[in-house]
Amino acid sequence: MRQTPLIDAHRALSATLVPFGGWEMPVMYTDIRAEHEAVRTRAGLFDISHMGRVRIQGPDADAVVGHATTLDVADLEIGRTRYALICNEAGGVVDDILVSREPDGLLLVVNAGNREQDLEVLQASVGGRDANIIDESERLAMIAVQGPTSPDALAAVGLPIATDLKYYRFASVPSGYGDVLVSRTGYTGEIGFELLVEAGEVCRLWSDVLETGAAFGVRPCGLGARDTLRLEAGMPLHGHEIGPEVNPYEAGLDFAVRSELPHIGSEALARIHADGPRRRLIGVTVEGRRIPREESVVVLEGREVGRVCSGTLSPTLGVNIATALVDADAAQAETFTIQIRRHEASATRTPLPFYRRRKEQESDGTS
Amino acid sequence: MARPDGYRYLKTHEWARLDGEHCWIGISDHAVGHLSDLVFLDLPECGQDIMQNEPFGEIESVKAVSDLYAPMTGEVVERNDRLIEELDMLKRDPWNDAWMLKVRMEKPSEFENLLEDGSYQRMIDSEDH
Repeated sequence: MRQTPLIDAHRALSATLVPFGGWEMPVMYTDIRAEHEAVRTRAGLFDISHMGRVRIQGPDADAVVGHATTLDVADLEIGRTRYALICNEAGGVVDDILVSREPDGLLLVVNAGNREQDLEVLQASVGGRDANIIDESERLAMIAVQGPTSPDALAAVGLPIATDLKYYRFASVPSGYGDVLVSRTGYTGEIGFELLVEAGEVCRLWSDVLETGAAFGVRPCGLGARDTLRLEAGMPLHGHEIGPEVNPYEAGLDFAVRSELPHIGSEALARIHADGPRRRLIGVTVEGRRIPREESVVVLEGREVGRVCSGTLSPTLGVNIATALVDADAAQAETFTIQIRRHEASATRTPLPFYRRRKEQESDGTS
Repeated sequence: MARPDGYRYLKTHEWARLDGEHCWIGISDHAVGHLSDLVFLDLPECGQDIMQNEPFGEIESVKAVSDLYAPMTGEVVERNDRLIEELDMLKRDPWNDAWMLKVRMEKPSEFENLLEDGSYQRMIDSEDH
């Protein structure tokens, strides 16, 4: 199993370590609910070095990404980031990624478990084109600081966040840890930042953010809280809401499929778009104390209409929430029954996201 | 850490302690240590019968749900409703206040089928390796 450069830091904090996407990662340090709460009210620090970081450079870098993903990067300006999908020929989602425009090329951040596969797709998309694919996953590490006090916590370690760094924008910031790429992105639904830093500097940055950030309520957070935070915020997790058998229209990711370029899966996606998807991703709030789990059966009028993708007790809302992929003709129903092991629970359709940060409205770069 | 005397265990980490014609049932410190962020405990009503090695309830944490298996066969005569409301009691002391059921035993000799502390600890050690 792979380990990030922060493995010793996690052990020193007595983290509970679990396998995730081929990596040994902290699922929690003390307790998931407290870590979740810290991100909603103060700030949390996450090791996300397991995610893949890939640079694509050269004259044809745009064309490679245009072929491999659902994103046409022609109008992507330097310092901006967009959400994109890598699809298979059938239109299924191989991975969901972030694409950022740097001065000398494109930077892709991909899911840990899909990195090798994504690299193969990208390499195949190079073909005769003039572009280099550079896997930076080892050389660079990545951490996230998420939550309302995250700008203060970063300023305190010498990483001031410019006021014009809006959602889905990034900047290279010179600091005591070398040049740190600070990106206003995240997976929590809060104000927050993801930082790319040289692997040799990340341990010092991590411990400084924890130490200095204590004044701002920063605490280390594991993948457990990351999952409950992203689910409340209605963000998909590859392998749950999306996967090779789920297309973007089913998952409500239409906004990520707007490229006019021919790309892998574009013909299938055009057909699916014209015919309408057969399933839809919905959110539900579930009664009772049993938590709906992945693969729990969703029933409407005595008929199985779908399965749960993710479910949790929402720490912020105090109720059980779940996402489910259901037959398109059932997706407008208001109430369902969910089979949770040997029991049945009543579920009410709830618009996604379950939780929205109360703050000024911002353009999110994803649309 | 030494466990208190008089307790015996199922491989699935439930304990039983004899008390005359009754026994008390709960889960071990080891089980509790693996169940973070407890959210829900489902226990049978008084009057229900439970059977050794068969599921009698469920305990659920944010990350997973687990069946609870009966260490002894018998009729439930008391259920710890306070524990259902206050699952953190398990973290403090799983041996006394955090008992789950009191059962009128049908076959007291079943106690001999359960693991003694030493064997239980050896099983945990071999699982953790």
